[in-house]
Amino acid sequence: MIEIEHVRKSFGQLEVLKGIDLTVSKGEVVTIIGGSGSGKSTLLTCINGLEPIDSGRILIDGTEVHAKSTDLNKLRRKVGIVFQQWNAFPHLTVLENVTLAPRKVLGMARAEAEEIAVRQLTHVGLGDKLKTYPGRLSGGQQQRMAIARALAMSPEYMLFDEVTSALDPQLVGEVLDTLKMLAQEGMTMILVTHEMAFARDVSDRVAFFHQGVMAEIGPPQQIFGDPQHPETRKFLSSTRQ
Amino acid sequence: MFNYTFQWKQAMARLPQMLDGAIVTMQVAILSMVIGILLAIVLTMFRLSGIRILSAVAKAWVEIARNTPALFQIYMAHFGLGSFGLHLSPFLSILIGITFNNAGYLTENFRGALKAIPDTQTRAARSLGMGAAGAFRHVVLPQMLRISFLPMTNQMVWAILMTSLGVTVGMNTDLYGVTQDLNALTFRTFELFALAAVIFYVITKIVTLGARLIAARLFRY
Repeated sequence: MIEIEHVRKSFGQLEVLKGIDLTVSKGEVVTIIGGSGSGKSTLLTCINGLEPIDSGRILIDGTEVHAKSTDLNKLRRKVGIVFQQWNAFPHLTVLENVTLAPRKVLGMARAEAEEIAVRQLTHVGLGDKLKTYPGRLSGGQQQRMAIARALAMSPEYMLFDEVTSALDPQLVGEVLDTLKMLAQEGMTMILVTHEMAFARDVSDRVAFFHQGVMAEIGPPQQIFGDPQHPETRKFLSSTRQ
Repeated sequence: MFNYTFQWKQAMARLPQMLDGAIVTMQVAILSMVIGILLAIVLTMFRLSGIRILSAVAKAWVEIARNTPALFQIYMAHFGLGSFGLHLSPFLSILIGITFNNAGYLTENFRGALKAIPDTQTRAARSLGMGAAGAFRHVVLPQMLRISFLPMTNQMVWAILMTSLGVTVGMNTDLYGVTQDLNALTFRTFELFALAAVIFYVITKIVTLGARLIAARLFRY
């Protein structure tokens, strides 16, 4: 379970998270929508401790992420994250990209790590690209590789930060399909996305962020069908145009 | 005005001795590069450490190595340390002098290379549970070495040529030192030094070509 309690976070003068409360249970898929600068992506990077927070706390299975005593490297094995920019390691083949962390972080033997990597890469449809360098892959393929790379650590939670935003339109579908598959398999996920149709399809709950505040959260039918908050209505009507 | 008679045969007869010297030259150059690269990696980490005293050490090293003559650096290793009672052999002095120079230049090269690697690479590595050291070693360092491979090759060539400064601290077993001694013995000045120059040229050509082959093999991405 991920528990986010009264989290506040500023970058200099700008307060990007103004007291966020959100609890995500095991197996749940929560998508966060909202305009740019609403704090969605910042929240994700706070959840796995890549960004410090100013106040409040975030608990992952009871462990406080930002406590001094918390071993973040250990905690991050549990929480995978995939970014808008896929950040493939260019000097490693697709297979090596995926086996790196299992080998160096979990201390797995090469054969074992490769077995897992091949399984994950096949799962995301890259089983025939094992020896390829990321530079030769399309954006969509690199993003799917990044997903496989995170999954190879067998995380219990996955965070997806606008993973289709930097992709050419025709490549968005393949990545969304991969995410859908994960959701159906019961992975606990928090996704930040601008793909409204996808959010409606895949989410258990949808949260709408506006200027650092979670304005509204509810089941997708309600958020998209009967939004309560005026800003939600405004945002949704603007995305439909 | 020009009545010098070339006697190439005499010079050629000394070729085996000069080639032995070339081996010593290569030993100094290779050792100074290997140690220089390792030192430069450490100095680069000092710079990034955020610890003021460490980054000051790295900065001072780079400044002195790049802004003073290599000859001065070699003199300091030999006569400078000698004034404090630390008498190093010519071989060690030249090795230390060139290594100091290599490490300084390479640290600066590495800094430039690091700038070309986006921070998001480290972020991605950290998000997979790697520590700061692991992320540097497995993700940043290999990319940094690739970007600075060409400057490293240049530095290697420079290291080979710098060995000729060894004569100033009494080095007489390297290519330049051997040539100098042979000249004193035979007075075939032009022939001997021309031959030495050709050997230097051939060695550096082989090194740059070899480096290109290694690069093609190592960096297939």
